[in-house]
Amino acid sequence: MSVQTWTFILVGITFALYIGIAIWSRAGSTKEFYVAGGGVHPIANGMATAADWMSAASFISMAGLISFLGYDGSVYLMGWTGGYVLLALLLAPYLRKFGKFTVPDFIGERYYSQTARIVAVICALFVSFTYIAGQMRGVGIVFSRFLEVDINMGVIIGMAIVFIYAVLGGMKGITYTQVAQYCVLIFAFMVPAIFISIKMTGNPIPQIGLGGTVADGQYLLDKLDGLNQELGFSAYTEGTKPMIDVFCITFALMVGTAGLPHVIVRFFTVPKVKDARISAGWALIFIALLYTTAPAISAFVRTNMIETVSNKPYAEMPGWFSKWEQAKLIKFEDKNGDGNIQYVKDATINELTVDRDIMVLANPEIAGLPAWVIALVAAGGLAAALSTAAGLLLVISSAVSHDLLKNAIKPDISEKGELIAARVAAAVAVVFAGLLGIYPPGFVAQVVAFAFGLAASSFFPAIVLGIFDKRTNMQGAVAGMIVGIIFTATYIIYFKFINPEMNNSEHWFLGISPEGIGTIGMMVNAVVTIVISRITPEPPESIQELVENIRIPRGAGSAHSH
Amino acid sequence: MSGKNLQDYWKTNIRYVLMLLVVWFLVSYGAGILWEDALNNIRLGGFKLGFWFAQQGSIYVFVILIFVYVYLMNKLDEEYDVNEN
Repeated sequence: MSVQTWTFILVGITFALYIGIAIWSRAGSTKEFYVAGGGVHPIANGMATAADWMSAASFISMAGLISFLGYDGSVYLMGWTGGYVLLALLLAPYLRKFGKFTVPDFIGERYYSQTARIVAVICALFVSFTYIAGQMRGVGIVFSRFLEVDINMGVIIGMAIVFIYAVLGGMKGITYTQVAQYCVLIFAFMVPAIFISIKMTGNPIPQIGLGGTVADGQYLLDKLDGLNQELGFSAYTEGTKPMIDVFCITFALMVGTAGLPHVIVRFFTVPKVKDARISAGWALIFIALLYTTAPAISAFVRTNMIETVSNKPYAEMPGWFSKWEQAKLIKFEDKNGDGNIQYVKDATINELTVDRDIMVLANPEIAGLPAWVIALVAAGGLAAALSTAAGLLLVISSAVSHDLLKNAIKPDISEKGELIAARVAAAVAVVFAGLLGIYPPGFVAQVVAFAFGLAASSFFPAIVLGIFDKRTNMQGAVAGMIVGIIFTATYIIYFKFINPEMNNSEHWFLGISPEGIGTIGMMVNAVVTIVISRITPEPPESIQELVENIRIPRGAGSAHSH
Repeated sequence: MSGKNLQDYWKTNIRYVLMLLVVWFLVSYGAGILWEDALNNIRLGGFKLGFWFAQQGSIYVFVILIFVYVYLMNKLDEEYDVNEN
C-alpha cells in the first residue's frame, strides 16, 4: 500500500476514535464542561496533560530545531520539562485545594478584586490565542503534505473535528480524547525513533543509542561534532549562545510553562490534592518520554542528512529530496556549478537550505522506513496539534463564559445559561482559531516568545506569592502584574516589531534576547508586588484565612463554582 | 489543627520545597549550563557529561524530584493529620 493510502487509513481511524470518545463523554453540567466533573484519575490526567502540553511545535518542530542548534537547543528540552517541577511543588496542589474552575478565578478571589480578575482574563486570552493559531496551521501543514489536500481544507477538517469534541464534551470530552491522542502521538514518535536508533547504533533505545557508536565504530556524537566542524558549523555538543541568554531563556520557558493557564487548569480536574501532586509527576514522565527521545532523533537525522547530501551529486538524491523540494521546504542552488551539493556554514558558498520543520516529518523517509511508519507520523502530528488546540479552546471559552460573563457581567446567569454560553464561546473560538490558521498573521512565529514571556511575567509571580506570601495584597499583585507585562511586552515589541534590525546581543539589555526577557519581567513583577504589598494595608482577614486553608490538603471538596 | 502545628507543617513543607529546588537548579542551570564546559571533559560512554545533563540527565532528575516530593508530602500530611480521607 502507498504512503497516502496508509495515511488515510490511520488518520481516519484516529479521527473516528476521537469522535466516538466525544459522544461517549458529553458534558451535562458546567462542572463537567470546565473541569470534567473533577473525577479524572491522576494517571489519565497525566496523559491528558502531556497531550495538552505537547503541541505541534513539540512533535514536529522541536527535534528539527535541536538538530540545527545542537547544544543550544537544550534550552527547549530543559525549559519545557523543568517547569513541571515548579508546577508540582509550587502551584498544582494549592490550586487544586482552592478548588475553582479557572486561573482568573484564583487571581480574582485571592486578590479580592475585579481588576485583577480582568487583567488575568486578558492575559489568558492573549496567551491562548497566540498558541492556537500555530496549532491550526500545524494541522493544515500535515494535511497538505501527507494527504495532498489544500492547506485551508486541512484547517477546516481539523476545525470540524475539534468543534465536535470540544463544544460537545467540554473538558470531559477533551480529557478523554487527549488520553487517546497521547497514545497516538507517543507511539507515532517512538516507532520511527526506535527504528532509526537500531539502524544507526544497533540499540533499540534511542536515549542510549544517542550515546552509542555508529557503523564505523566512532561514537555518534563525536562523529557528528566532526562532521559539523568540517562543514564550518560549531561542534554539535558545544554552545554558541552567550551563557546569560541560555540561562534566561531556559528560566523563562520553565516559569512560563508553569504559568500557562491551559496546563494549570488540568490540575483542577483530579479528585484530591494528593492526586494533583502525583498527577504532575505522571505528566512529566509521559512528557519526558518524548523529550528525551527528541534529542536522539535530532542527532540521528542530522548525521544521516549530512552523510546523504554533503558533496553528493544532486542528480543522485533520493526520492524524498525532490518531494520536499516541491513543497519548497528544501532548496538547492548550484552556486559553483559542479552538480554536487555543498552544505556548509558559509552562506556565500552554501547551496542547500533545509526547513527545520521537515526533520521529524521526513525522518522516516530519510531513513527508508516502511510506508505505514511514515503515515503514523502524520497521525501523530495531528494528534499533537488537535489535543493542544482543544485545551486552549477550553481556556478561551471558560474565560469568556465563566470569568467574564458569570463572574463579572451577569452573576445571576443560570447554570444552563452558562453552559450554553460556554459552548457558544468555544464554537466562536474554534472558528476564530481556524481563520487564524487559514490567514496566519505574519508574526505567529515571533509571538511565541510573547506567550511564554507574558505567562512568566504575569501569572507565575501572582499565583506563587498568593500562596506563599500571606502579606501580598491586591495593590501589590495588580501593580506587579501590570508592570511585569508592560516591561516584557515593551521589550519584545521593541526588538521584534519596531526595531527588528537591532535584535542582536549588542543592543539587548545585559545580552538577554526577547525570548529570555520573561525572566527579568518575572523578577520585576515579584519585586514590585512584594514592595507595594508591604507599604499598603494588609489583605482582609478572610483572605488570610483562605491562604491558610489552601496550604493544607484536608477538606478539599471537588471543584465548585461558588 | 492548632496554629502552632500548622506553622510547623508549613515550615517543613517549605524546607522540602527549597531542598528539592536546589537540586532542580543544580542539575539544569548548574550541570547543564554554568558548568557545561567543564563537565564536558568527563565522559559517560559516548556522551560528554555536560551535554548529557543538558539534553537527558536533567530531565530524568526532574521526574525523580516530583516523585520524591509526593512521597515526602504524603508522609508529612499523615504526620500532621492533614491528609484527605
